[in-house]
Amino acid sequence: MAIEVRIPTILRTYTDGAKQVEGTGSTLDELITDLEQRHGGLRDRLVDGGSLRRFVNVYLNDEDVRFLAGLETPVKDGDTVTVLPAVAGGV
Amino acid sequence: MLTIPRALHDKIVAHARADHPDEACGVLAGPAGSDRPERFIAMLNAERSPTFYRFDSAEQFRVWREMDDHDEEPVVIYHSHTATEAYPSRTDISYASEPQAHYVLVSTRDENEAEFRSYRILDGQVTEEPVTVVE
Repeated sequence: MAIEVRIPTILRTYTDGAKQVEGTGSTLDELITDLEQRHGGLRDRLVDGGSLRRFVNVYLNDEDVRFLAGLETPVKDGDTVTVLPAVAGGV
Repeated sequence: MLTIPRALHDKIVAHARADHPDEACGVLAGPAGSDRPERFIAMLNAERSPTFYRFDSAEQFRVWREMDDHDEEPVVIYHSHTATEAYPSRTDISYASEPQAHYVLVSTRDENEAEFRSYRILDGQVTEEPVTVVE
């Protein structure tokens, strides 16, 4: 068992087109570091200066990790992490 | 080219008018790969602002998961400008991250005549496209 990570269309260039990849780690930070080994460049799209990028939404199962512990959110085998670019704009 | 049923076009305009002067926002979902908008989904503007919009992250999760479960994708992502023209701003362009979507902009700056225009936004490039409203 591992952690399933769902990848949005715009980041599938880092996963050879895969919409779902697997990784391991005991926190979200470790998971992202693990994914970076096989999908180089992905970390930089998610993390900026030690915290999650503002306009990328990351969910652990169905909760936005902003309301959990951000990058320090504990994750475990069997969890699903979903990444969605925020939809936003303005004048 | 965006081909859109009259009913969906009118729902977008009605939503923009209803939320004026705040920016309104939402999605038209359609079968994945079909380029056919079929289902109207008004989204909450979590910023509730006349100059900025942002989908609420929990609502976006539920809507995106539901589309995925039904083999749908966001065919149109729309929002309104309430005092400026219906053209994507630099902010709109920098946040556009659904490469297959048609980005629809509605302007409600005139109380009688809503402007409704559509664009593709890919790699920071904006291309306006014609809109065909199907009766």
